[in-house]
Amino acid sequence: MGELMAEIAMRDGTIAVADVRARSKVLSRLRRSDTVFHAVTRAAAVAVLVILGAVILSLIDGALPALRQFGLSFLYTERWNPVTEKFGAIAPIYGTVVTSLIAMLVAVPVGLMIALFLTELCPTWLRRPVGIAIELLAGIPSIIYGIWGLFVFAPFLQHTLQPFLIETLGAVPGLGMLFAGPPYGIGILTAGLILAVMVLPFVTAISRDVFETVPPVLKEAAYGMGCTTWEVFRHIVLPYTRGGVVGGAMLGLGRALGETMAVTFVIGNAHRISGSILAPGTTISATIANEFNEAVGDLYTSSLIALGLILFLITFVVLAVARYLLLRLERASG
Amino acid sequence: MTRLYRARRRRNGLAMGISLAATLFGLGWLVLILGVLLWKGFGGLSVAVFTEMTPPPGATGGLLNPIVGSLILTSIAVALGTPVGILAGTYMAEYGRHKRLTSVIRFVNDILLSAPSIVIGLFVYEIMVFPMGHFSGWAGAVALALIVVPVVLRTTEDMILLVPNPMREAAFALGVPRVYVIRHVCYRAARAGMLTGVLLSVARISGETAPLLFTALNNQFWSTDINAPMASLPIVIFQFALSPYEGWQALAWTGALIITLAVLALSIGARALTASRKEP
Amino acid sequence: MNHSARATRQAAKLSVDVSGLEEKVSIRRLDFFYDQNQALKSIDLPLYRNRVTALIGPSGCGKSTLLRVLNRMYQLYPKQRATGEVIFDGENILSSGQDLNLLRSRIGMVFQKPTPFPMSIYENIAFGIRLYERMPRSELDDRVESALKRAALWDEVEDKLSTNGLSLSGGQQQRLCIARTVAVNPEVILLDEPCSALDPISTAKIEELIEELKADYTIAIVTHNMQQAARVSDFTAFMYLGELVEFDATDQIFMSPRDSRTQDYITGRFG
Repeated sequence: MGELMAEIAMRDGTIAVADVRARSKVLSRLRRSDTVFHAVTRAAAVAVLVILGAVILSLIDGALPALRQFGLSFLYTERWNPVTEKFGAIAPIYGTVVTSLIAMLVAVPVGLMIALFLTELCPTWLRRPVGIAIELLAGIPSIIYGIWGLFVFAPFLQHTLQPFLIETLGAVPGLGMLFAGPPYGIGILTAGLILAVMVLPFVTAISRDVFETVPPVLKEAAYGMGCTTWEVFRHIVLPYTRGGVVGGAMLGLGRALGETMAVTFVIGNAHRISGSILAPGTTISATIANEFNEAVGDLYTSSLIALGLILFLITFVVLAVARYLLLRLERASG
Repeated sequence: MTRLYRARRRRNGLAMGISLAATLFGLGWLVLILGVLLWKGFGGLSVAVFTEMTPPPGATGGLLNPIVGSLILTSIAVALGTPVGILAGTYMAEYGRHKRLTSVIRFVNDILLSAPSIVIGLFVYEIMVFPMGHFSGWAGAVALALIVVPVVLRTTEDMILLVPNPMREAAFALGVPRVYVIRHVCYRAARAGMLTGVLLSVARISGETAPLLFTALNNQFWSTDINAPMASLPIVIFQFALSPYEGWQALAWTGALIITLAVLALSIGARALTASRKEP
Repeated sequence: MNHSARATRQAAKLSVDVSGLEEKVSIRRLDFFYDQNQALKSIDLPLYRNRVTALIGPSGCGKSTLLRVLNRMYQLYPKQRATGEVIFDGENILSSGQDLNLLRSRIGMVFQKPTPFPMSIYENIAFGIRLYERMPRSELDDRVESALKRAALWDEVEDKLSTNGLSLSGGQQQRLCIARTVAVNPEVILLDEPCSALDPISTAKIEELIEELKADYTIAIVTHNMQQAARVSDFTAFMYLGELVEFDATDQIFMSPRDSRTQDYITGRFG
């Protein structure tokens, strides 16, 4: 019956007025659920901003007692004494920065070369498997790196690389200070090297993606002039992708700065700055991880939260700059 | 062949050799780490690991309570974080696509994606554990959920943006209000990709230790009380590995192997999903 | 039916007597802007009921833009706006406060690239119907069948209604999209280069379909294929650089166009 009426209405070429009114009613109802859904999704999206704001505010709130007590000296005092309640952040900050720096010094060149291999040398059928294998490295949880570092890597370094460094570079006047001291196995260098392995997949993946945005015509023009692969890479690809590569490196840096578990196991947890990178030290995240649950007293807890605030601000700036650079490259390549 | 040409050829060969070496170097680490993991952890794998609770030092036992604890925490975290991520990603790809707010949120989200997870732990401590006066599974789950949200949001937005505009317009042309276009066309088309995002987020939080350190803490006993401290595999590994007891250390390796296999399986599963989606 | 003085003058200029025809859609002094660029300049155009009107012209002349004004599809994108009047059923659909969803259910559109939804063939059609009406399953089956028959697709898909819409060939997919559009009982159907992505045989089938559909619907078709316009349409509007250059009965336009630009385009002097 309904179909027959529809057919009749169609033959007329017009829709009965009642039909339009009914339809309009249905649509108002549907539109109400649309308005609700719109509001709900927007609330969820704004929640992301709220989370960021809340994190910053709560960190500041928790850190206030310590900051009020120590002021700016918190940033450059080395002394970290829970008994006398005198805390200074320079040792963890130093450790965080130096381990991340070591990680970058190793991971960026190696990552770039792996990306070069993946985009130029590697046979096509091998590209995806190798790429996936590298990305699996990124998926391994950091605690795995931690225990592997403690039980396997650190003893290995203690017996091989570290004595080697002490004997060779340690003997060099001036520079030798960096490589002095007994081979503990654990320490700043070890932590930095493990971070390097952790950060390597990020730098590699982003560099590879960024290298692939180079327009083929540009490379072909260079090859057409007789350039070797290396020359194309150095003179065409790298300059073209400069922003993206730096962005990718900074993303890796942001990761390295915030890494906790991999570092906690092998850093040695010594609240001091030594000249040698073979000595133990500490990083912000390792300090917090090790001491927060044992912290007695508001000032102690507050100092640890202040450390967290400093870490968050450092990584925020690094990540913001990284994202900005990557955004610029995306826009340029259209 | 001039001298210059030969020098260039040599440099190129050297560079190519280095890039190959770098790749082998990188892959070598993967093999090394996984190899050691298998070697040290495999021996400890037995049914007992999955059925017995964590033992006191010196005794034998298993990892039942941390495994169950991790499963509970992960499930709650995904249940909390996924809806927020999907809804927010939907807003950014649909209602808010051309708005300035969306680019700001995307920027902030990308930062939260890579933020230090220990800071997230501190944050949840401040807003949940401290006011509540005790550690709890809820706090741990919330901390993990805060890591799930950025991952799911990013994938959801990317996947919905991939839905071709002509298909969207065809739905609008029927007079369909946006909410139905999203539900019946966009979500359906982006389904596989969104699921991938969820799987990836699970893989990510499975191995996270730092956010749980001051939220869910740990629990030596069998407990499914979410309002109390809850054991989790990463925390137990942390505790056991740093202990001087050999039995505990062996369990730590086994636990590490279990987590790694789970994470790898999830990552490969997620990848397989995106691959099957690409087939028309 | 209200004719503005201008429309009356326009009708008087036509080579055929349109006094018996109803103007289903009246476009008056329509301007369209992409941000600061003016893409349509003061268009005056009638769409007569149960007739096929073709919009032809070189690339970039604004024919698709004009079509997309008629169901306010441009509203989905920022920085696009239209001024002027488009009168449908006594109301100016460009005015604010219009129920866009209702409008789009009465003025349907078929796109250049066939876009079946990621659902079964049955669901593709039922989706639109179910949105507006509640009915028992048997009645829904009938409606789906009648829509597919009206799109001349029923015979080819009646035994595979539950298979995915994407499994059909290009021409079949486009007919599915047409079926989907007629399933919600629109009054006007807009076709935006519906055959440009199809092979000649599918194109012929769809042109046949248009001939049948005009008995029930008012049709506007954008095409860059002049022979197609000559084959299927009753009236033709030639557009160039955002202006409506000439509008008349199709035969008149193709046999003795009045404007030299029309003449040049038709004879292939420029394209």
